[in-house]
Amino acid sequence: MDRSSNLLDEALGLDDYQTKSSSVASGRVVLIEDCVETSGAFVLHHLIKRSLTPHSSGIVIFVAFAQPFSHYDRVLRKMGCNLVVQRDNKRFLFFDMLTLECPDGDGGKTNEGGLLELYGKIHEAVEICALSEDNRNCITIMIDDISLMEVAANGSSNHVLDFLHYCYTLTTQFGCLLVSLNHEDIYSSMEGPTLILQMEYLADIMIKAEPLATGLATDVHGQLTILNQGISDGLGNSRNKLRNFHFKVKENSVDYFYPGTRG
Amino acid sequence: MAESICRALRDGALDGEHAPALTIKDSIDSPFGPDVFNHILTQVSANILAGKSQSRGLVLVAFSRSPSFYHNLLKSRGHDVSSSHNWLRVLDCYTDPLGWKDRLIERGSITNLSPETSVTVNLCKDVRNLDNLFSSILELGKGLVGQRKNRFSVAIDSVTEMLRHASISAVASLLSNLRSHDQVSCEFWLLHSDLHEIRATAVLEYMSSMLATIEPMTRPPTNGQIGNSENLSLLDQNSKRGKLHVRFKRRNGRVRLMCEEFCVEQSGIKFTSISSEDGLITQSLVPKVQFNLQLSEKERVDRAKVVLPFEHQGNGKSIQIYDGRRSLDESTTEIKSVSAEKLQTNEDSGKGEIIYYRDSDDEMPDSDEDPDDDLDI
Repeated sequence: MDRSSNLLDEALGLDDYQTKSSSVASGRVVLIEDCVETSGAFVLHHLIKRSLTPHSSGIVIFVAFAQPFSHYDRVLRKMGCNLVVQRDNKRFLFFDMLTLECPDGDGGKTNEGGLLELYGKIHEAVEICALSEDNRNCITIMIDDISLMEVAANGSSNHVLDFLHYCYTLTTQFGCLLVSLNHEDIYSSMEGPTLILQMEYLADIMIKAEPLATGLATDVHGQLTILNQGISDGLGNSRNKLRNFHFKVKENSVDYFYPGTRG
Repeated sequence: MAESICRALRDGALDGEHAPALTIKDSIDSPFGPDVFNHILTQVSANILAGKSQSRGLVLVAFSRSPSFYHNLLKSRGHDVSSSHNWLRVLDCYTDPLGWKDRLIERGSITNLSPETSVTVNLCKDVRNLDNLFSSILELGKGLVGQRKNRFSVAIDSVTEMLRHASISAVASLLSNLRSHDQVSCEFWLLHSDLHEIRATAVLEYMSSMLATIEPMTRPPTNGQIGNSENLSLLDQNSKRGKLHVRFKRRNGRVRLMCEEFCVEQSGIKFTSISSEDGLITQSLVPKVQFNLQLSEKERVDRAKVVLPFEHQGNGKSIQIYDGRRSLDESTTEIKSVSAEKLQTNEDSGKGEIIYYRDSDDEMPDSDEDPDDDLDI
């Protein structure tokens, strides 16, 4: 794994993550949208690895609704990042929410109680990280994934949005980066306002993982479209806001390339 | 046009009338509502600071952005933030809208670490209670301008957030109570239209005297992949620019529509009057046709010089209007007189003339008879 920046980092504005202060990325909301045909989980893995590089002092708070710790550990180990060690170093804080259910009367009056508890834990963790060492200024909160959180909240998207709003306040208060994954196609048949639309309004950076328009291909696994809103790199010139490129997920890394530049 | 909105907000309310209210409405295809809102917010603040507007202060109800964001925004636009306690109050519904943090602080699991700002901020810990919200807005406004006849403006940065926590009827009554309050000069709010039912959007539109709708330059097709090339170019086009449609409703019921283009840049949003063909439609209603319907100046002069046949020439003779019923003798003399006139007028060469000769006496005078009467079909 080379540490040089790739197309994804460039599009996210993370290419100069280590050299400059992390102000480019902090305080922003990243939304990853994927679908059944093309999973966007590799973007999450990439961001975990990116935040935990030895050069930076970033901290990841990972809220897992989808997979157990061992899953992420296995994936990241192949990418050259040991999550167990990082967890022991208190740089990777893992919240196992696989069994979170928010039934009535458990920890709160309504099913918002469970999410309130969760928020409390996250806030506490962020506060401890922000206060303990001053140079650890980039805290990334990741949620995998929102649709399962909605299930845990008994299908109440309003409670999920409340939770997300509170996480959003952390981005302004502590300069956290909030990354969440959601599936676009499960809302496609719904009428009226959907959770994913609300999240798109909230997001500064939207990453969409889709299959190729032309169908299946062996060398290309899908395409990423990244819409980066209202960014500035501090020098007064804004970046290209919209990027589209193809990717190929390999055993221990992912290739990103512009359409037509590969075999 | 964005200026005319700001002018209307600046001029404020008349006695015995509701305050002017503006709805800013966007959708995900062109999500620049916050940019337009911030633009109007800074303009309104500038007018208050310069003492030009009816209102003396501004109450900002912050749902979707933190008070410190607005602090930085006003500072970056060169406003005097240090004196903001004289003219600005922020009701913070952003930091702790449901009182979660409050509960956690009580339990001792977190500490209160609200960022310091120099703007005066009041925290609202339960946005679901709109009665409290209403009275806090009024309280803040009265704290700014005093109890007398002075007025203040109200800005709400997301009615969408309000509607998530309360019913449309409750929100509508809050907005309408504010509008009809004696001390409110103007009111404006932002709404993401695609997050609500059409009914809810319509209710808010009815309540506002101005409606600013933000639309994409080209509307993308409703469903389908984002990643195909046509959609990408559309998306690219719409990611920086858009159109602003504004509807002004006058007191007498007159409605004026205007349209403007905007471009979002780093320094803020820039408005330009419309350049495309759509603009022509609003300027004149004449459709585009291939032939010329207009006359040039020369053509107009020449047309004026044409002497129409049988028109009174103003040369002393009695007025003769041809009714098509004269006898042959009369018509021949008439022809003579007309030709004589023609000779006369030839000297004045610039004058046009139409001479009519009746072909023969067989030609029937005009009648109301149907010429196809004898047609046997």
